[in-house]
Amino acid sequence: MNVNQQTPMASPYGQPQPGYGQPSYATLGGGYPDPYGPYNGPSTAYQPGAPPQGYSPYASFPSKAVAEIPVSDLSSPLDLGSARGPPTSAPPPVSTPQAYSHYTHGDTQNGPPPMNHPMAQPAHRPPVSQPYSQSAMNLSGPQSSYPQQYGAVPPMQQMTNQMSGMQISSGPPTSAGLGYAPRPSSQPLISNTYLAAAPPSYTQAPPPVSAAPSQPPPPSEPAAPQPYYGGHPALQQQQPFPSSAPLQSQPFPLSAPYSGPPPSSQPQTPPVSQQQSFPPGPPSQQPFPNSASLPGPPPVSYADPHPTQQPFPPRGPPPTSQTGSFPPTSSPPAQYLGPQPPSQPGPPPYLSGPPPRGPMPPSSMSQQQANHLPPGSMQQPPQPGMQGGYPPQQNGAFGQPRGPQPGYGGPQYPMQQNYGAAPAPAPPPPAQKRLDPDSIPSPQASELPAVQKSRHRIDPDAIPSPIQVIEDDRANKSSEPFTTGVRGQAPPLVTTTFQVKDQGNASPRFIRCTAYNMPCTADMAKQSQVPLAAVIKPLATLPPDECPPYMVDHGEGGPIRCNRCKAYMCPYMQFIEGGRRFQCGFCSCVTEVPPHYFQHLDHTGKRVDCYDRPELSLGSYEFVATVDYCKNNKLPQPPSFVFFIDVSYNAVKSGMVNIVCQELKTLLDYLPRENPEVDSAVRVGFVTYNKVLHFYNVKSSLAQPQMMVVSDVSDMFLPLLDGFLVNVNDSRMVIESLLDQIPEMFADTRETETVFGPVIQAGLEALKAADCAGKLFVFHSSLPIAEAPGKLKNREDKKLVGTDKEKALFQPQSGFYSNLSKECVAQGCCVDLFLFPNQYIDVATLAVVPVSTGGSVYKYTYFQAETDRERFLNDLRRDVQKPMGFDAVMRVRTSTGIRATDFFGSFFMSNTTDVELAGLDCDKTVTVEFRHDDKLSEETGALMQCAVLYTSCSGQRRLRVHNMAVNCCSQLADLYRNCETDTIISFFSKYAYRSILNTPTKTVRDTLVNQCAQILACYRKNCASPSSAGQLILPECMKLLPVYLNCVLKSDVLLPGADVSLDDRAYLRQLVSCMDVSESHVFFYPRLLPLVKLDGGSLPMAVRNSEERLSKGGVYILETGLHLFLWVGANAQQELLSNIFGTPTFSQIDPNMTNLPDLDNPFSKRLREIIDSFRSQRSRYMKLMVVKQEDKTELIFKHFLCEDKSASGGASYVDFLCHMHKEIRQLLS
Amino acid sequence: MATYQEFIQQNEDRDGVRFSWNLWPSSRLEATRLVVPVSCLFTPLKERPDLPPVQYEPVLCSRANCKAVLNPLCQVDFRAKIWACNFCFQRNPFPPSYAGISDVNQPAELMPQFSTIEYIVQRGPPTPLIFLYVVDTCLEEEDLQALRESLQMSLSLLPPNALVGLITFGRMVQVHELSCEGIAKSYVFRGTKELSAKQIQEMLGLMKPAASGPQGRPVAPQDPSATCRFLQPVHKVDMNLTDLLGELQRDPWPVPQGKRPLRSTGIAMSIAVGLLEGTYPNTGARVMLFTGGPPTQGPGMVVGDELKTPIRSWHDITKDNARHLKKATKYYEALASRAAVNGHSIDIYACALDQTGLLEMKCLSNLTGGHISMGDSFNTSLFKQTFQRVFSKDYNGDFRMAFGGTLEVKTSRELKVSGAIGPCVSLNAKGPCVSENVSHSFPVTFFVHNAPIPQGGRGAIQFVTQYQHSNTQKRIRVTTIARNWADAQSQIQHIESSFDQEASAVIMARLGVFRAESEDGPDVLRWLDRQLIRLCQKFGQFNKDDPTSFKLSESLSLYPQFMFHLRRSPFLQVFNNSPDECSYYRHHFVRQDLTQSLIMIQPILYSYSFHGPPEPVLLDSGSILPDRILLMDTFFQLVIYHGETIAQWRKAGYQEQPEYENFKHLLVAPLDDAQEILQNRFPMPRYIDTEHGGSQARFLLSKVNPSQTHNNLYAWGQETGAPILTDDVSLQVFMDHLKKLAVSSAA
Repeated sequence: MNVNQQTPMASPYGQPQPGYGQPSYATLGGGYPDPYGPYNGPSTAYQPGAPPQGYSPYASFPSKAVAEIPVSDLSSPLDLGSARGPPTSAPPPVSTPQAYSHYTHGDTQNGPPPMNHPMAQPAHRPPVSQPYSQSAMNLSGPQSSYPQQYGAVPPMQQMTNQMSGMQISSGPPTSAGLGYAPRPSSQPLISNTYLAAAPPSYTQAPPPVSAAPSQPPPPSEPAAPQPYYGGHPALQQQQPFPSSAPLQSQPFPLSAPYSGPPPSSQPQTPPVSQQQSFPPGPPSQQPFPNSASLPGPPPVSYADPHPTQQPFPPRGPPPTSQTGSFPPTSSPPAQYLGPQPPSQPGPPPYLSGPPPRGPMPPSSMSQQQANHLPPGSMQQPPQPGMQGGYPPQQNGAFGQPRGPQPGYGGPQYPMQQNYGAAPAPAPPPPAQKRLDPDSIPSPQASELPAVQKSRHRIDPDAIPSPIQVIEDDRANKSSEPFTTGVRGQAPPLVTTTFQVKDQGNASPRFIRCTAYNMPCTADMAKQSQVPLAAVIKPLATLPPDECPPYMVDHGEGGPIRCNRCKAYMCPYMQFIEGGRRFQCGFCSCVTEVPPHYFQHLDHTGKRVDCYDRPELSLGSYEFVATVDYCKNNKLPQPPSFVFFIDVSYNAVKSGMVNIVCQELKTLLDYLPRENPEVDSAVRVGFVTYNKVLHFYNVKSSLAQPQMMVVSDVSDMFLPLLDGFLVNVNDSRMVIESLLDQIPEMFADTRETETVFGPVIQAGLEALKAADCAGKLFVFHSSLPIAEAPGKLKNREDKKLVGTDKEKALFQPQSGFYSNLSKECVAQGCCVDLFLFPNQYIDVATLAVVPVSTGGSVYKYTYFQAETDRERFLNDLRRDVQKPMGFDAVMRVRTSTGIRATDFFGSFFMSNTTDVELAGLDCDKTVTVEFRHDDKLSEETGALMQCAVLYTSCSGQRRLRVHNMAVNCCSQLADLYRNCETDTIISFFSKYAYRSILNTPTKTVRDTLVNQCAQILACYRKNCASPSSAGQLILPECMKLLPVYLNCVLKSDVLLPGADVSLDDRAYLRQLVSCMDVSESHVFFYPRLLPLVKLDGGSLPMAVRNSEERLSKGGVYILETGLHLFLWVGANAQQELLSNIFGTPTFSQIDPNMTNLPDLDNPFSKRLREIIDSFRSQRSRYMKLMVVKQEDKTELIFKHFLCEDKSASGGASYVDFLCHMHKEIRQLLS
Repeated sequence: MATYQEFIQQNEDRDGVRFSWNLWPSSRLEATRLVVPVSCLFTPLKERPDLPPVQYEPVLCSRANCKAVLNPLCQVDFRAKIWACNFCFQRNPFPPSYAGISDVNQPAELMPQFSTIEYIVQRGPPTPLIFLYVVDTCLEEEDLQALRESLQMSLSLLPPNALVGLITFGRMVQVHELSCEGIAKSYVFRGTKELSAKQIQEMLGLMKPAASGPQGRPVAPQDPSATCRFLQPVHKVDMNLTDLLGELQRDPWPVPQGKRPLRSTGIAMSIAVGLLEGTYPNTGARVMLFTGGPPTQGPGMVVGDELKTPIRSWHDITKDNARHLKKATKYYEALASRAAVNGHSIDIYACALDQTGLLEMKCLSNLTGGHISMGDSFNTSLFKQTFQRVFSKDYNGDFRMAFGGTLEVKTSRELKVSGAIGPCVSLNAKGPCVSENVSHSFPVTFFVHNAPIPQGGRGAIQFVTQYQHSNTQKRIRVTTIARNWADAQSQIQHIESSFDQEASAVIMARLGVFRAESEDGPDVLRWLDRQLIRLCQKFGQFNKDDPTSFKLSESLSLYPQFMFHLRRSPFLQVFNNSPDECSYYRHHFVRQDLTQSLIMIQPILYSYSFHGPPEPVLLDSGSILPDRILLMDTFFQLVIYHGETIAQWRKAGYQEQPEYENFKHLLVAPLDDAQEILQNRFPMPRYIDTEHGGSQARFLLSKVNPSQTHNNLYAWGQETGAPILTDDVSLQVFMDHLKKLAVSSAA
């Protein structure tokens, strides 16, 4: 993938790839089986071993190392393709980074095999490394930067070197050729290895490389690796190894057993053998086979795919072995099982899997059988050994995770190397490609088995790793400010911290596009299937070091606009005729410049005052709107906030009422204001309700508030005018008295029924009466069943889930709320809903109004004052304080050729162009999809202008304008090179979440998969160099598309588990619809950080979301934007525990705590800092949940390990990748 | 036998009853020929300080459809311990407790002097008095302030255990909860939406327990005060309510220019009625409506909120141009009957310069026995004192009010009740019901012959009034009256001499007013004239076609003059009176006792001068002399009129000079007298102090008999008086015409 990063790479690589791929594939396809068989065996063995072992112990290593490695791996395969490019072109250095990723991938892949791999890896590495080392060495020089990124600099470098070497090798006919050459010769073997053994390959080539870089930390074992690496990248490798080594050292032994297993079915011995084999492996393919055989079980599976589909059945044995291995590591099996069709416990599936495989081997190859045997043996040994050894390793390893990764990477590469056998360098590239192929083949065999097999065979570390990509981007792009002046330049990823300099286009904080090179024609767009969309966050909060949009005042005439399309003055307006006229960049219409705005042009045709005027030089700015832009041609009033508090029995009992009232007393001092010196102009009002509504008169002249009960809910009206909406400062005493009394008044209430429709109506009436816009805060506890408009009935019916009628559950029960929301929008009445349900509350219906009015919904199921208080209060505080605009209208104008056709988010549209938002806060996004209605030209590119007319919190009418220009391309390759996967996923998720309203969920899922397959297939067909059909080639920019897409498909909304309520799904559905890219990213692919060495300002490097990356001895933190988990391994070090929890004993940790104890040690402080910073980054407060391993709450936690198979039937990453590949192949054929 | 005058007086003092005829003609035909119907004015709860109530249950006739009460007219067999009902002739045994009865040991109800007797009976737990204030908040600040003070003051006048409630209204209607601590709580209703009583009770949360199950059952029916947070004992919520009233805000809804404030009087009243209906049915309660303008929205609206559309005038009404009139009237009538059925009375205190819709709302009070008070502003002593007087106490320290009264009229077989006019509604065939009576109020009852008269017998009428005394006791007052039958053929002289012209004038006036409610003014006048002429023909002595020979006996001599003034009174003359004023006048006219009614018909004029002690003078323009001070009492107004000379003297300040102290005394004398009248009258009359040429002098000039007008100013020679600028005929002309018509054979 990394290689692919640059398309140029692709083409060059393409050539090599074919070579590699062909061989490898070829092997897969036919004769290879034999060689592969063995290879696969080992490789698979590694993988299986890895997974099983890895799950607990490996996991830790892998996870850390893997995180990077897998990415690199995947990328690497792809990269290989791309890598080729680099060699051909000078880019190599550039590509090197990619190489790193590759390496890392390799590492990660190694990771899975971890224990074995480490050992084996070293062995492999030497061979691989050697070849690589040469080339790599060269490369390494230039690629220094990468190493840095990895953290384990040396290893990284090495890795990169290796990677580069790989690439280079591939690129340069010489070394690569050599390396490859052998492979081709040994193709069968190689291919096998690749197929089966991305892992094995990893172990061999990659491991060394990657390991070396990452491992540097652990010096101790490096020695061992060093020997393996021998002369080659010894140093680098050593380092990586050390890091991983210490921990992995044990694994190595394990791996040894693995290696042993192949020969002897038992684990640890095999490792040794593997190591040995590896070294030999490189020299001769046979060793690989051996090694492969060790991993064999997994490899077997690979082998199976390679040979034919038949192999799968034969693979049965391998599976069995795998199963065996899996079983050992309990969690991994589960995951595996998960993916498998049967949702039964992991083990059974595996078992089942194995049996088929059993048959497979026989059919396929004797080697396979051999592999199988080893695998089985391997697995078994690994299990015991692995488990035992791993945990400790992991514990120790946490610090070293990166080390391990490299190590893993190493292994992967090794595998490749193995394939390449002789040409260690070459292998990596092939490995990359091959890895993919491997995975691919497995799917080919048959979906389910394929998946299973693929899983077994494909080393999770070998597939593109989000972590790696994120880290790469962070390393590359966070140092320099991102300047928006260059058209068509993709911004850094959302996960990267960077500074933006506005040079004429809107900051990515405001607008992110799916593609920064738009296809020129509709045909191209259709062919590629890449969605053209922009995620716009018009009022985004900028970091303190960036300047908020300037205010521009064009005087009484209002902003200057194009006469025809009404676009606002912007940098795309071309001044002509000496500055007397300007030509609109959107519609080309020529408009006179008003005299007061006239300015002379300089010699370049620019206005002389160009840089003095924000609207001529910046991408984002604001206009002061004139009275013409106001409702009824009347300047608006400052907005009002009305608080509606449910005081029915449930609400009072849960403590909500009390909390809200207490909090409001202080919160009212923090109403939004533009100038902190001045009191907020926002007026407030209060209403409580159950079956009837209680309004409060809090006029400042009163000694006591007055309550006015409106029981006529069927025809709501506002019972008072004067004294309902008041200025906080004027009425402070009365308000405080009121808030003190509300909880008392209703403390003994026995009213359980509530209304909801009239509540909104009341707020609407209040705002109407006050003639202002505003926001309603509704704190609501139960399904509104009282007799009133908008009454709802309980319609939750689990039986409908999964049927065609399911969609009805996402639609509102009646049209009442839709109509109501229209009225709300017309008045500029935004509704924020805080729900505290104890049972079904019909979020789908209740959320209609908030969603249509630009409001937010917060849900606190089973709210308890003690545990949820903080979360709720923080949400509330933020919600009240956040800057927002009211009564907003947004319009997106585009240059001729495209137009905005579809909008997603929380808003209302009365026509097809105007997005009406009663409220628009700094967290809300509107996603806009564009379609061609004509051709675009490459010269002018595509322009879009998003103008938002709104009323500020001080009652000022403003226009915020964001301009965005992107390139247009006539080559598909350009399109694929400038995509942003995160944005695409964000768009897909929103699109899919909306589709389920009208389409059966399954269809939606299929459509998504299909579209992604088309995107990738189109790339493969049109941009990638020709290669074996068995090879999965992903565009660099989209290499994470499968993993992310899988996360979307597995999300609760699209694939609900048995315990996911309809409310939860409806809630998430609306939530996602207005998420920005960074939120949707972390929502679908949560951030999982190992808690190690928290000193220093930087965060520990994330690990991939898979249980196998978790170490029993570690503590992890996982963040999704909505949830925050602290996972504590059963064997976590006492010191760690005391640092965090103040108790050294695992069993004494209170799983109910929602905040960590305030301990006076650097670790605890830093950890709490990190948690705080996480919380501050998100628009919603995340309650901390402590999950102890093996505890029942772990199930919830596991739900977020999105690379694993999910309990609800979602495929694991590996399985899904295989499936995807199959889809692509079907499309291609 | 004393004169009829004495007899009448004695009867009135004892029984509060006056008949038009004190001898009854013995056949229906005869009765019809008497022109003035056989009828009576009855004051059911006439104050009788000398009548101690008895503490036991009345003895009832056992016949199911009779149930008359044992009275002095019954025949009693002391030995058999049996009495015969004098209405149905049923023979009834005395109850065991009367075992000791004998000739010498008679119970009070058998003694002749106890023809009116009052029983105190035990009927369920005593329920406290209930006062529900319904207050308009669409007032000027000044008015509202005055009203607040009056209301706060009234709290101190209520007995501590009385229940009070408060409803305020403007654009919305607020029902205030009084039992709450801390926050003042009120239920708000939209002013435009009509709600059924059930809905209102539901929305006020008054019926949930009863409906929902066992837990609430004990609460609702047994102890409504616990559940009804809106009606609370004064002693408990005194402070609360005082604060609440103090914080009463003007209706906050903006009133755009050119609009009237939106006033939801209709809904407010419907909620008040519904509230009481749901919580205290059949319990004495008083709804007091304070309004400062016409209802402008919702059901019962009288005029739209556009100022450019003026409120209906007589002109509009006669042209059938009053859009809301019928609907509103119907609405309030329905409300009134609901309230009356439950024994709740409704007072209206309307203070505004313009009309407030009394015409439509009058039935609220008329049918429920409530008061109507009309003034210009709440900030006037007129209102303040009137309101204060509502809570005046009698000699026992109890309010002069009673609640939930039911009046049953039982008659001998020969008689039948044909109807009643007064503050009451009918309870089916049982008899008229006065749902609430102040001691002053008067129904008029008519009797018609029903069956052949047994010779020599006496007709008897028994009034049984059940009511809740203001001290929460349940009482039954029984008045039994008998009159002789007379044969109109042979005893016409006797009948004539038994004529009570005062009572008759009032009765005819009330009939006229009653007709005026539904007929055109001229028709009523014509009817009155014809009746008068017929009466004169029947009883006058004259020679045919010789007007000069016409003579009336003494018992009828004043009657024509009463009719003359009645014709000019605001009860029948709508000119110069708004529909509201007419309603107001008529309302009081039909409920005051005879004396007061007569004052209304023919105001009293006193003259003060140096020539002698104050003396009543003719209500004639001739009485208006420069050197006199006149005091006119029209019941509704007290006018002090200073003659031209007096006014000049006063202006010159002679009264300040010691040597003219007698002048000062002269000036003070009418004031003192007026003060005395003011002290006792309810409602408070409008007090006017004016002088010759003053604009307010019109009140006097419009009342006096225009014997001198601009037309005949100099026809009367030397006699000085004040000419009246009017085309109205004078009494003289009226009498001349009457004589002419009475003697005319053509008539």
